Amino acid sequence: MSSLFASESRAPDAVAAPLPVDDVAVRVQNVSVTYRTTFERTPTFKTAVVRLGRGERAVREVQALKNVSFEVPVGTSLGIVGANGAGKSTLIRTLGGILPPTSGRIEVHGRISALLALGVGFNPNLSGTENVVLGGLANGLTRRQVDERAHDIAEFAELGDFMDLPIRTYSSGMRSRLAFAVSVHMDPDILMIDEALSAGDAKFKKKAAEKMHELMTTARAMFLVSHALASVKEMCNAAIWLHKGELMLQGSPEEVVAGYTKFLEVGEDAFSLEDL
Amino acid sequence: MPSAGMSAADHAANKAAVDRASKSGYLSDVQVYEPHRVGLPPLVPYFRELWHRRPFAAELSRAEMRSANTRTFFGQIWLVLNPLLLAAVYFVLLFILAPRDEPGPFFAHLTAGIFAFYFISGALTTGARSVVGGGALIGNMAFPRLLMPMSAVRTAFFRFLPPLVVYFVIHAAMGLPWSWTMVLAVYFMGCMVVFAAGMAAMFATLQVYFRDTTSFLPYFLRIWLYLSPVLWFIEEVPARLAPFLKFNPLYSILGGFTDLLVRGDVPPPGIWVMAAGWAVAAVVVGFLYFMSREREFAVRL
Repeated sequence: MSSLFASESRAPDAVAAPLPVDDVAVRVQNVSVTYRTTFERTPTFKTAVVRLGRGERAVREVQALKNVSFEVPVGTSLGIVGANGAGKSTLIRTLGGILPPTSGRIEVHGRISALLALGVGFNPNLSGTENVVLGGLANGLTRRQVDERAHDIAEFAELGDFMDLPIRTYSSGMRSRLAFAVSVHMDPDILMIDEALSAGDAKFKKKAAEKMHELMTTARAMFLVSHALASVKEMCNAAIWLHKGELMLQGSPEEVVAGYTKFLEVGEDAFSLEDL
Repeated sequence: MPSAGMSAADHAANKAAVDRASKSGYLSDVQVYEPHRVGLPPLVPYFRELWHRRPFAAELSRAEMRSANTRTFFGQIWLVLNPLLLAAVYFVLLFILAPRDEPGPFFAHLTAGIFAFYFISGALTTGARSVVGGGALIGNMAFPRLLMPMSAVRTAFFRFLPPLVVYFVIHAAMGLPWSWTMVLAVYFMGCMVVFAAGMAAMFATLQVYFRDTTSFLPYFLRIWLYLSPVLWFIEEVPARLAPFLKFNPLYSILGGFTDLLVRGDVPPPGIWVMAAGWAVAAVVVGFLYFMSREREFAVRL
């Protein structure tokens, strides 16, 4: 196994949990994920019968990740870049144990806040507070831990009285502020921040960046999925680039961003340029 | 990296990590995710985790009850009004079809039966929607999915309690006798809860694969109501139908419940055994079906 980021790893002085035998936070070995999705968006009896009549198969395979391997040492803040549909979200869902890998093996040392934030707002009729509490409880926190954090989250997200209103009344900026606040307040060992969280006004973005810097000193590892290449360079000390499910490059953020940018310039799909 | 590059030391470290992970279950320091065939997750860690996170199911059900009650004018009163109106409609209908000499006990039987049936059908209907309705949560978080239908059963059960109080008012108003045997109805209530839990898990899974399930459900439930000892007394079954009705789980579960509650009649031992048997069968089949499929839900939603 190569350990490309070993030189980047810092002394995990702030880590409370005992260190594992090896200093690896996450190890991904030859992982492939193949979705078997149905043709139709919403499967119904009618389409099932029609399909049966035509002798078609119900499933179609989508290779979201192809034989991806990498290691993340403790103390790494890993940027994940790539075009839409590159498999970034699949990768972090697989790391979070939501999607089982089709082949290969994943080892995660620590508790992951697996995209907890994106689950917030799953029921738009419930209030912000209720959504936060439910997300925390589903993630395995106790009622008391959740109540303590709910207050901090409300304060950090600066939602004020909106916390007690149904999520459906929120603006998209307010939603993403809440989502970000939730993901950074659950004290996971391994933090995952998805690009969807990058919305919010300039003032909040600055606050979010400060919070992430603060967390990098306490979390064991951090994953940042982002289309904002500048923030990957700024926040991360390692990066990987995924393209159509394959791991194209891993290394320092500068190298990876440069490679990715060059790749976009020399061609491929025009839509990817919007992401820059 | 290709596995060819793995040294013996790596293998040893992996093995140690897997051992540690398998000992500690979900909330462990080390988690290992590997491919699996369609099958059951390890049962002991699964149920330990389910039990550990039960506050989530309770809170989900509480929050949903709160939000459901804010939208209508009568609010919580509908919990009672709904089954009561339904019982009144059936009473009128059945009284036109076949007037009875003693309408009092029959009306009490009808309300008790309908209230209980409403609990089971409510658990089934909300349970069927629970997994598909919780899409964002299921797609983004790892937790025992069985919590979703269990939350629906809790909701249905708490909605059943106010009508139950109303039943006692009706019982008193109809001048029916009170006896200590009525307490035994709790046994059948327990069977109802367990049975409803199994069915909720079963229909939640079906709904993931066939989104038409909830559309068929009202008709299925209506037929089930007619086949259950709600609109008729258990002893009124025509002889040629009796052998078949025993295959209806609600024949024993609801029959035993209403017999005890309304008339204080202790059912024969066969009914007790049958009710428990159906409840256990439903919960085992429903849970195992759900659990064998639940790891696929994230990609199916």
